Amino acid sequence: MTCLPSQSGKKLGLVIDLDTCVGCQACVTACKEWNTGGHMAPLTDIDPYGGHVDGVWFNRVHGYEHTTEMGGRTVNFPRSCLHCETPACVTVCPTGASYKRASDGIVLIDEDKCIGCKLCSWACPYGAREFDTDVGVMKKCTLCVDRIYNDNLAEEDRVPACVAACPTSARHFGDLGDPLSAVSQLVAERGGVDLMPELGYRPTNKYLPPRAHTARPASVAAPALEPVRADGGFLGWVDRMLSN
Amino acid sequence: MHPAFSVVFFTTATGAGYGLLALLGTLGGFQIIPPDFWLGFIGMGLALGLIVAGLLSSTGHLGRPERAWRAFSQWRSSWLSREGVASVITFIPAGLFGIGWIFFGKTDGWVGIAGSLAAIGAIITVCTTGMIYASLKPIAQWHSRFTLPGYLIFSAMTGSVLLNALLQGFALGSKVQLAACLLLTLTGWGWKLATWRYNDRLEIPTTANTATGLAGGTVRSLEWPHTEENYLLKEMGFRIARKHGARLRQITQLLAFALPLGLLAIVFALPWPLAALLSVLAAVIQFAGMLVERWLFFAEAKHTVTLYYGR
Repeated sequence: MTCLPSQSGKKLGLVIDLDTCVGCQACVTACKEWNTGGHMAPLTDIDPYGGHVDGVWFNRVHGYEHTTEMGGRTVNFPRSCLHCETPACVTVCPTGASYKRASDGIVLIDEDKCIGCKLCSWACPYGAREFDTDVGVMKKCTLCVDRIYNDNLAEEDRVPACVAACPTSARHFGDLGDPLSAVSQLVAERGGVDLMPELGYRPTNKYLPPRAHTARPASVAAPALEPVRADGGFLGWVDRMLSN
Repeated sequence: MHPAFSVVFFTTATGAGYGLLALLGTLGGFQIIPPDFWLGFIGMGLALGLIVAGLLSSTGHLGRPERAWRAFSQWRSSWLSREGVASVITFIPAGLFGIGWIFFGKTDGWVGIAGSLAAIGAIITVCTTGMIYASLKPIAQWHSRFTLPGYLIFSAMTGSVLLNALLQGFALGSKVQLAACLLLTLTGWGWKLATWRYNDRLEIPTTANTATGLAGGTVRSLEWPHTEENYLLKEMGFRIARKHGARLRQITQLLAFALPLGLLAIVFALPWPLAALLSVLAAVIQFAGMLVERWLFFAEAKHTVTLYYGR
């Protein structure tokens, strides 16, 4: 049913730290690697070695320049499904292929029911859904539903592939419906924000803005070398020897 | 938004088809136009032909058209599903009305009731089509109070001009029908101008700042995540050159509104064969103009995902 379920209160999602993300694309490749064999497989690539490369990705990292009166900075910005609380991508679906799980709030697609009408991708303001032209159905982030509940994996590996891969711990996974969870406290502490809150989709994923610029500007000049006294001492002798 | 021809043709053809069906159902059902065999055969054939051609065209947009039947299930939440259900249900009274008119030569009694029900079904179906677009918040040009009335007005306009061509062809044309065509075409023209004016002045609160959560200052796209156009840019990043947009708006106004108005105004003063010829010409030109209008409806609509790409 594409009507939204009454929620259990559990809201699994990601918290992405824009302060520490270095834009290394490790989450992008880890996501592609896991999910091309996972729940929504395959993540088709069209003409991968040709001149017009195209394909399905669940996670893409943009680069922005954010300029304020305090100065400018580069911000690496990972963009993926936010598993919204009121996802229009689900309610517009005419077939019931798109659904939001009552148990944990994950938004998924039943590929066997999808007719590929693309309306859900029009309804998503964040560009989280990508159409697989080869299979003829829509694809999206599953929050690695096939990892996070997977008893065959070691407990520390039961997190989304993007979170496991991040070398700077810029990606955090947890229950954002629980105010005492580590991710909720991180969001509260760092002032985590919703993307496009004015549209009212109520995203579960939160973004931590880059920390404010400090009043102590970093020195860009190299420190002056110690002056070498040419007239004496050991260093003076070395200098004279090397200058001969 | 990418103006896929299957969807451009679908909304234009079904709009005209449902408009004609609603008028035939009402005017036929209340005996304002006679239950003539050939009039019913060609009129209902044209209306249902346009609707079926449009619906078939819309399945050309699907990745898995063989599963299209599943789209009738989610009418509780989805306007697209409601459109599917409404279009199929409308075929029942429309079919009965057509059978009564063509095979039994009558449009009163149960046939008249079927005609009225077909007209109601047609109007509901056009409303559901309009709501598919009007309900999409990420596209500000569609999520406006102009979208739904626009679909209804253009459906009534194209349906009415088609009906006039049909009636003139059977030498059944009337000054009232001609006046209705002129009035609806003028209304359509005014509505389209008002819509464009509104869209051109639209101030969208969603910016690259709110899209990225980076408050204050400017957010400039430095680098895309990919070097080639992906699905998002092909489907939702469609852009049209401003000068081409302006030219296509002129073409829309000429074909959809100005020329049909001029031709139909002349028809007032013309005898039968010429009046029919010009009426058919007006309907054909208007249909072509509405295809351009619908193409622009998609091409000029901007989706919020383009903000992530600095567009």
